[in-house]
Amino acid sequence: MSDMTDMTAARPQKPVNSLLVQDANTARRNASEKRFRAYGITAIAIGLVFLVVLISSILFKGVGAFQQTTLTLQVELLEAKLDKSGTRDLDKIKKVTTFGYNPLIDDAIRRAIDEIGVENPFRKGKDLRKMLSSGAAGQLREFVIANPDRIGDTVAFKLLASSRVDGYLKDRVSRESLARDKNLTPVHLDLIDALRDAGIVRKGFNMSFITGADASESRPEQAGIGVSMLGSFYMMIVVLLAALPIGVAASIYLEEFARQNWFTDLIEVNISNLAAVPSIVFGILGLAVFIQFAHFPQSAPLVGGLVLTLMTLPTIIISTRASLKAVPPSIREAALGIGASKMQTVFHHVLPLAMPGILTGTIIGLAQALGETAPLLLIGMVGYIASNPPEGLIEGFLSPNSAMPAQIYEWAKRADPAYYERAWGGIIILLLFLMTMNIIAIILRRRFERRW
Amino acid sequence: MNDMTKTEKALEMKTSKISAKNVQVHYADTHAIKDVNVEIEDKTVTAFIGPSGCGKSTFLRCLNRMNDTIDICRVTGDILLDGEDIYDRRVDPVQLRAKVGMVFQKPNPFPKSIYDNVAYGPRIHGLARNKADLDDIVEKSLRRGAIWNEVKDRLHAPGTGLSGGQQQRLCIARAVATEPEVLLMDEPCSALDPIATAQVEELIDELRENFSVVIVTHSMQQAARVSQKTAFFHMGNLVEYDDTTKIFTNPEDPRTESYITGRIG
Ligand SMILES: Nc1ncnc2c1ncn2[C@@H]1O[C@H](COP(=O)(O)OP(=O)(O)O)[C@@H](O)[C@H]1O
Ligand SMILES: [Mg+2]
Repeated sequence: MSDMTDMTAARPQKPVNSLLVQDANTARRNASEKRFRAYGITAIAIGLVFLVVLISSILFKGVGAFQQTTLTLQVELLEAKLDKSGTRDLDKIKKVTTFGYNPLIDDAIRRAIDEIGVENPFRKGKDLRKMLSSGAAGQLREFVIANPDRIGDTVAFKLLASSRVDGYLKDRVSRESLARDKNLTPVHLDLIDALRDAGIVRKGFNMSFITGADASESRPEQAGIGVSMLGSFYMMIVVLLAALPIGVAASIYLEEFARQNWFTDLIEVNISNLAAVPSIVFGILGLAVFIQFAHFPQSAPLVGGLVLTLMTLPTIIISTRASLKAVPPSIREAALGIGASKMQTVFHHVLPLAMPGILTGTIIGLAQALGETAPLLLIGMVGYIASNPPEGLIEGFLSPNSAMPAQIYEWAKRADPAYYERAWGGIIILLLFLMTMNIIAIILRRRFERRW
Repeated sequence: MNDMTKTEKALEMKTSKISAKNVQVHYADTHAIKDVNVEIEDKTVTAFIGPSGCGKSTFLRCLNRMNDTIDICRVTGDILLDGEDIYDRRVDPVQLRAKVGMVFQKPNPFPKSIYDNVAYGPRIHGLARNKADLDDIVEKSLRRGAIWNEVKDRLHAPGTGLSGGQQQRLCIARAVATEPEVLLMDEPCSALDPIATAQVEELIDELRENFSVVIVTHSMQQAARVSQKTAFFHMGNLVEYDDTTKIFTNPEDPRTESYITGRIG
């Protein structure tokens, strides 16, 4: 009894016992809880602000890449220039180089200027052609080779504007910024204004950015991400076909069959270590092993895919093992207890339950691989490589190509601001792919988990 | 007294199903079972009782080699099933487990339909020739598991959606579906409420007609209710093994007596 009184005396004073009044201790606890919530909300708000800034700046800077300025010109495909013999012999038509097409373009521009009734400030065709992409003649030539019977006709062409003209329509280029530019003068811009009012110069959706190949440094208006998208696609196929079976088989063996001893411990430590190895190390390993030793073709998506497989394997193995571990042991006991073999236990009961985790891990691994740039630099999958989409499946794996992130890196490196814009556009496409993959991961996870 | 001798005689006439000789079990450094000798009779319910941690589960799991799945577990001695050593190198534990079924402490139905839960064993052991055959086996097993009436209208509903007691009876039905000769049960009622426990106990009594049942239980009342033979384990030793009535009325070892009177445990 005396103990009790002592204790009450020793306690911090507790004057009121009413539930309607908060005591000091409760008040302190509540205050600290409130403070903690405020921290959390602040942290989330900061994160959201960064996200919004990131996404809006990407959209703001990249959306221009999805638009492209073109000049719609009536080009007279003169027989005298393109097919002197008049035989429509394809071999002879092919002998006419793009230079041979330039006069046709010059004429077409002159005629367009005459039609809208402004004075032509330029005497030389070369100056006029500066408004167009240097790939315009190639555009014509391709058409003529594909349709030799149209020689002699006047055909309407939508020819790519040069990157400066394109930039002018996108407010990237102004008269002031052209003051010291040798490619285009403010006089050109006056002409462009007139042509735009007449509807000849127009800005439209840029399909060829999504489907096209990279172009040389001087022709950003021609560059597209389509071919490197294919490169990424073939690499992902390699990664999926190699990393998924190897990773899942290794995990199942380690998790379900292997005895727990120093050797499996060693493997485990090494897998965790591999996951932390910088990707560029895998790149140089791929260079040494696949290209220099095994003589696989350089810059090929096959090699890129194999390098990315090495990188993705630890991710897949770690997530697969985690999801196998998460399957309750009682399920294994149940199966073994009625005489299922180890293999039947794993494949009939454990694996289906681990599937959502395995798939999520795999897709996250693939997404990582899709965005990986560094190892591709070392095996030569960067730079102006492929000018055409690969023909056929085997070509797709073996012919030199780039990949989306490497293409973006390459564009960002180039001097022309038009390429800078394409780099942002490429990032939008890359992010769309990553988002799609994550959504697929979520859907698969839901779908598989719904089976109780 | 007269009654006792009669039952004793009846029991003696039954043949031995499993006979364990000098069984020792080690988990790494832990000596979990120390030199156990026991004869388990056919068509009999044998109860293993004893304080927790005394090795009941460990010994039970030796009988169908479930201990094989634990890397650090080492079993020595002989365990004969119908005179054949189940730890012989030529014995495939998978085949053994089809003969010696097991029901676990926590009901563990597969996350599949009730039908598939029961049909799984017969399927992997090839016991059914066709679908109709399999349907028969499933129905018969569910009836033996005393759960047929409750689930016959929803055979394709998930087994995990049943109540705890129903799940345990489903697990028993699943275990008997492979036509085992021995059924091992490790505290099958410890996760169940009293009503479900009573149902399972009744079921165990019926199973005795066809199987030899070994049940681990921490409840002495349960052992007294369902079993004919009782083995009392203490710290890895088999202290006493005799008719259940004898163990509960007239134990020989003082440790058994203090356990059943509640002084240790
Ligand atoms: N998987 C295991 N690993 C290591 N020791 C174990 C394992 N299972 C049981 N043991 C040990 O073996 C002894 C007997 O355990 P167990 O058979 O589970 O007892 P009971 O079922 O009678 O409660 C205990 O001391 C326990 O710690
Ligand atoms: Mg136990």
